[in-house]
Amino acid sequence: MAWETVIGIETHVQLSTKTKLFSRASTEFGKSPNTNVNLIDCGLPGVLPSVNKEAFYKAIRFGLAVGAKINQTSIFDRKNYFYADLPKGYQITQMDLPIVLGGTIDIETEEGIKTVNITRAHLEEDAGKSIHDQFDGYSAIDLNRAGTPLLEIVSEPEISNAKEAVAYMKAMHQLVTYLDVSDGNMSQGSLRCDANVSVRKVGDPELGTRTEIKNINSFRFVEKAINFEVKRQIKQLENGETVTQETRLYDSVKDETRPMRSKEFANDYRYFPEPDLLPVVISDKEMQDIKDSFPELAKEKEKRFAKDFGLSEYDAQILASSKIMADFFEQSSKETKNYGLLANWLIGEIGAFLNKDAIEINQSKLTPANLAMLINRIDDQTISGKIGKSIFEEMYASGSSPDEIIESQGLKQISDDGAIEEIISTVIQENPSQVEAYLGGKEKLFGFFVGQVMKLTEGKANPNAVNAILKEKLK
Amino acid sequence: MSIQFKTIRELREMLDEKAISSEELTNETHKLAEDLKELNCFVTMNKDASIEKAKLIDQADKTDSVLSGIPLAQKDLFCTEGLRTTCSSKILSNFIPPYTATAVMKLENAGSITIGKTNMDEFAMGSSNETSYFGNVHNPWKKGYVPGGSSGGSAAAVAAGIVPAATGTDTGGSIRQPAAHCGITGIKPTYGRVSRWGMIAFASSLDQAGPLARSAEDCAILLNEMSGHDSKDTTSLDIESTDLLNSINQPIKGLKIGIVKEFSLGDLDSEVQNRFEDSKKLYETLGAEFVEISLPNISASVPTYYSIAPAECSSNLSRFDGVRFGYRAENTGDLNDLYIKSRSEGFGDEVKRRILIGTYALSAGYYDAYYKKAQQVRRLIKNDFALAFESIDLIMTPTSPGTAFAFGSKGTQNPIELYLEDLFTISSNLAGLPAISIPHGNVNSMPAGLQLIGNFLREDQILNAAHIFQQNSAFHLDKPSMEEF
Repeated sequence: MAWETVIGIETHVQLSTKTKLFSRASTEFGKSPNTNVNLIDCGLPGVLPSVNKEAFYKAIRFGLAVGAKINQTSIFDRKNYFYADLPKGYQITQMDLPIVLGGTIDIETEEGIKTVNITRAHLEEDAGKSIHDQFDGYSAIDLNRAGTPLLEIVSEPEISNAKEAVAYMKAMHQLVTYLDVSDGNMSQGSLRCDANVSVRKVGDPELGTRTEIKNINSFRFVEKAINFEVKRQIKQLENGETVTQETRLYDSVKDETRPMRSKEFANDYRYFPEPDLLPVVISDKEMQDIKDSFPELAKEKEKRFAKDFGLSEYDAQILASSKIMADFFEQSSKETKNYGLLANWLIGEIGAFLNKDAIEINQSKLTPANLAMLINRIDDQTISGKIGKSIFEEMYASGSSPDEIIESQGLKQISDDGAIEEIISTVIQENPSQVEAYLGGKEKLFGFFVGQVMKLTEGKANPNAVNAILKEKLK
Repeated sequence: MSIQFKTIRELREMLDEKAISSEELTNETHKLAEDLKELNCFVTMNKDASIEKAKLIDQADKTDSVLSGIPLAQKDLFCTEGLRTTCSSKILSNFIPPYTATAVMKLENAGSITIGKTNMDEFAMGSSNETSYFGNVHNPWKKGYVPGGSSGGSAAAVAAGIVPAATGTDTGGSIRQPAAHCGITGIKPTYGRVSRWGMIAFASSLDQAGPLARSAEDCAILLNEMSGHDSKDTTSLDIESTDLLNSINQPIKGLKIGIVKEFSLGDLDSEVQNRFEDSKKLYETLGAEFVEISLPNISASVPTYYSIAPAECSSNLSRFDGVRFGYRAENTGDLNDLYIKSRSEGFGDEVKRRILIGTYALSAGYYDAYYKKAQQVRRLIKNDFALAFESIDLIMTPTSPGTAFAFGSKGTQNPIELYLEDLFTISSNLAGLPAISIPHGNVNSMPAGLQLIGNFLREDQILNAAHIFQQNSAFHLDKPSMEEF
């Protein structure tokens, strides 16, 4: 029996505004608990919210980028529920009149480009954080995150499998980072999603009963959680059981989803229009200002990289696929001319290191200036490409500049022909039998001589010079 | 020299003539409050800080503001930095705010001296001040009688002559009805004229702060200071401020006053009707014209109000959960237990009743029938007023269907009985319009109030009409004997 999967995704994007949605407290990540909190964020009696327009501008930028309708008048509603990290006992969100309506996002699938429709995107405030495992017998509350602006983007149920869901999230990540709407930092929760998953028999016009997997915060988990959930649902249906509509959590350690306690979702949220805020009106001039300052998106950047830096289409595409990587490339390019080598390094060596540590380049100790310097030292033959790699390892680990490392470790390449000749003479003198064999036709031994020279120079000899002089001497 | 029953104008003269210092005035005020402690109109006194401030004002010897050195009382739902703010609720009985409400801040910046926080119905929910955690307030005119509510402590403190004026808040009549019951003047401004920042919310779309005083003129003095746009309250109106003192004392010849057909006054106590007719005659002799008007949807005011106000209150009061501030029950189990016990022990019956009504009105399946319908009716009521004001300048009604009543005599069996106290006052909150209550004689030896409702932002007109009335009558000068206290 053939099954098909239907997935809709709600993405929560934390907007990169300096201050919160309804207060002027900072949104900076990683501060001591309860320090980015003011009277409004902790819901003291008598305080009132006031809207941060910057969050609206970012939401509108997103809306314009996906070709949505922008509601220039939008209203806030209260979603009422009790929880210890929700100070007011309600969340201010948008229900009936969200800022963004409709739109589409293109994703890359194995079958090619697929267009996913966006239902809506609305602004809301985030809750604080509850910590249940650090204080014996107590729960701790950190309100730093309370009131941080979120854009919740709801897709139509048009995603057909876990891989497409990942592609959708990657496209979303690329878009929001390019738009400077969010820093997109998934490990810090800036981009997370809820996946609504159901299965049905192929050809069945009715949707199956769905479950909602909450709060998934990495591409890998999106794929694993959905795959687990699809298998679980199919197994249940094939056993003649039914799927229960419920909210589930993905446990990455056990690689499974399991139901959340029913209390946590059996709420009647009693939505009603927020009486403390007037409808928010965005003027035509504000709309025009947003359009006039629209940032370059990935596709445009890709074309410009190929054209302006003479990169291959492939290299341009890879670099432009990540805003952070593209920005790093562009900043480095201001201080070196060998763009091709720069691109190669970023895509190859550096990409591998970042992947291994699962970090973005702006979270590493590398700086664009240091990388450009490394490229320049290889380009002007101060060091060899091979030495470059060991210098890079040191730069990556310590954040030192290449010149500092070259200087302190004496790694400067020997390009002086006289010095190289002298070393080659020594090697020839010390290895008479190999010389005889080579001259007798065993040409593979050439590599042996190069190796010996490199050994004596600790790899610092300019390989081109070594090759040329060796060939001459061994005639 | 006694300072009791003095108006702001009179105290200003005494201060300017150095007949009394601000420090002496403040001390006298505290002494008076202490002597009249039995009234129970104060929840918390601000003795040391108020005397300190009075000394500073005496030293500065600056009299550029009419309020400089004048003692005032603040309703205990305005947050006051460093001074306990309880909303007359157990749940906030230990709450000391770290900030001051804008309305109070403006009055204090004008040099006035906060001498204490006044008793009120718990979270402003009530019309008799009997829901206070801190006990009933006596009406200065008669011991054992209510002062009205919810700003009952403020009204009693002014009526007893302890302070010349006090702040109040009005969600459905909470300034006007106690002003009427205590024989003083109180005005609820247009929604948005006074910032709500720092006012502990009951029903956000209806709440509005205003003054209670011994005259319309003193109300104008206070309202002048309290008004103004506040960037911290986006619902406060961004309008140019007008000096309300300048707009009073204008002739009212040709003023068109509407009498609402649908308020069948014939059903009221005949003495209430007589006072109303007397006031009508006075206005007629002063040149005003009376016009019968129709507000076709006005009869729906009370049910509309009692859908919207509890709905907003049920949400506004969610923050009182025992987690971050206020009362927390002891010996609680899990989080839900903490909520249930803290809120069950912390809130009084009337507050719980309204939270339940409001939660019901907003719940899935009932929202359309109650909250949404009520908002639609509210719109109709607003439109009725807008239409009426095309042909009239203001509307006149009694403030309250009756006068102050004995403790425990109303609403104990049936809360609806008390809800009808607000029959004439509620509609101006629903429509966001300004309205004033002025004393206009006694009914069965207790003061009765006359209400003037103005058009949107026309506080100048109702204050002027009230002032002219007071220039041509002496009802506002009546004082309770205070012999029982």
